[in-house]
Amino acid sequence: MNKAVPMIRFQNCFKRYANGREALNNLTLDVEAGEFAFLTGHSGAGKSTLLKLLALIERPTRGALLVNGQNVLTIKGDRIAAHRRQLGMVFQDHKLLSDRSIFDNVSLPLIVANTPVREIGKRVRAALDQVGLLKYEQSRPIELSTGEQQRVGLARAVVTKPPLLIADEPTGNLDPDLSLEVMNILRRFQEVGVTVLVASHNVQLIERFKARRIHLEGGRLVEDMGKSVMPDVVNVDEDEPREKTVYQDMPLDE
Amino acid sequence: MKTWITRHLQTAIGSLGRLAQQPGSTLLTVLVMGIALALPASLNVLVTNAQLVSGNWDRALDITVYFKQSVDETTAKHLVDTLRQRKDVKAVQFISAGDALKDFKEHSGFGSALEALTSNPLPQVAVITPAATDNMGSVIDSLSVELRTLPDVDVVQVDTAWVQRYLAILDAFHRVLGLIAVLLGFGVIVIIGNTIRLDIQNRREEIEVTKLVGGSDAFVRRPFLYSGFWYGLGGGVAAWLLVAIVVALLSGPVQRIAGLYNSDFALSGLSLDQSLGLLAAGIGLGWAGSLVATNRHLNEIVPK
Repeated sequence: MNKAVPMIRFQNCFKRYANGREALNNLTLDVEAGEFAFLTGHSGAGKSTLLKLLALIERPTRGALLVNGQNVLTIKGDRIAAHRRQLGMVFQDHKLLSDRSIFDNVSLPLIVANTPVREIGKRVRAALDQVGLLKYEQSRPIELSTGEQQRVGLARAVVTKPPLLIADEPTGNLDPDLSLEVMNILRRFQEVGVTVLVASHNVQLIERFKARRIHLEGGRLVEDMGKSVMPDVVNVDEDEPREKTVYQDMPLDE
Repeated sequence: MKTWITRHLQTAIGSLGRLAQQPGSTLLTVLVMGIALALPASLNVLVTNAQLVSGNWDRALDITVYFKQSVDETTAKHLVDTLRQRKDVKAVQFISAGDALKDFKEHSGFGSALEALTSNPLPQVAVITPAATDNMGSVIDSLSVELRTLPDVDVVQVDTAWVQRYLAILDAFHRVLGLIAVLLGFGVIVIIGNTIRLDIQNRREEIEVTKLVGGSDAFVRRPFLYSGFWYGLGGGVAAWLLVAIVVALLSGPVQRIAGLYNSDFALSGLSLDQSLGLLAAGIGLGWAGSLVATNRHLNEIVPK
């Protein structure tokens, strides 16, 4: 990975939906390779749109977006699928397939990437081990708790070892303890070199992490704080005083 | 390459397993397809048999050649020998004037009256059986035209009109058959297309997630194409069985009719080529139906 090239570069990027809503308004933003950043803001501020542009689910209306040095406007046809294979995605509703085992869910990205059969078992178990769910590989998603399901979603997102991981409200359905657990797993991925971008409006949770915060409002970048700060993983049990000095004055709504 | 083959095998077996999970609706689809394929296939069997019947009637297609009175037996025999060499001639039966008279004396009852004749009024006769071809009518026509030009030949008697009519009717039947096959084939594509469309709708979530984790269009489409393949194979087998049943049910009565006409004609079922063709048609149509459905509906499913 070339350090000089940012993992993500928005350049005067606009996104207007068919109904006329301006979801992103002249966004200019870099996220370096290996960085961990939170994406904050109200619902409707443009967080999800920003992530959708990264995943090529939506296209910018105007301006440029480069992911890993490549202009997304030039990615078409089957290369869209190839682009998504370079990207781990975590969703609020985890999007697991209920009729398949945990193993089959996590192996899906490897199967679509044509990974040799021998390697699949090894890598799925490694990913499940990372999220502490190795013993559930033959279970169905429904047999797991919400927090565990989300961790399966995390395992699926990293099983192909993508350079970039994006998460849209990964803790949206979880209670504080489980949220912290999921966030810590995300932080650990950064430690092994993955660029991680997490959209969240859970201010209390975010405040426990010393990480960059990109704050959007009405599709515009209004705050970008703590760039390139790479703090430690927070332990669930640790009753650490919250880091308030840096972010105290930020306009937060929740 | 090994991974690719393994993947395809897994997808194929997975699709089959998915169909087996809903045996009721799968069986119904296969049966509908089987009936649609069996109809033109059994009509084809009937037409093929009708053609065989006309082949069995070759005795009736004989050409009778009457030589001129002036032609003696040796000359006639010589000509008959040259006729036997021809490719479009299967056999030639020579009846000499003398034999014919003897025969006539014995069977006609005019024996004593004929004794009074000083010379034989009957000509030398050759009965030509043309070689069997798909196009008997024109072979007989050209052969008889050619025979008439021979200087030694007086009269060429042939009645091909009914053969021509019969073959023309069969030909028309063939056209109708082709038309029915095309229409029903189209119907099969629609049936399979609709079944696959429902399947795509039911698996919307799975398709969406697969696309999100980077599954290519080809990857997403593959299981549905295999479903179409299995439906087609099943439909082909069902159609083959239906045709076999039809032939089995009809062979008894047909044999009785043939017996009444002193013929040993027996109804023949699908040949190996026809059977394989039926299976191939089923598979091709099933695949085409799923291709249409996936082309139309998979692109509608985009991750959100």
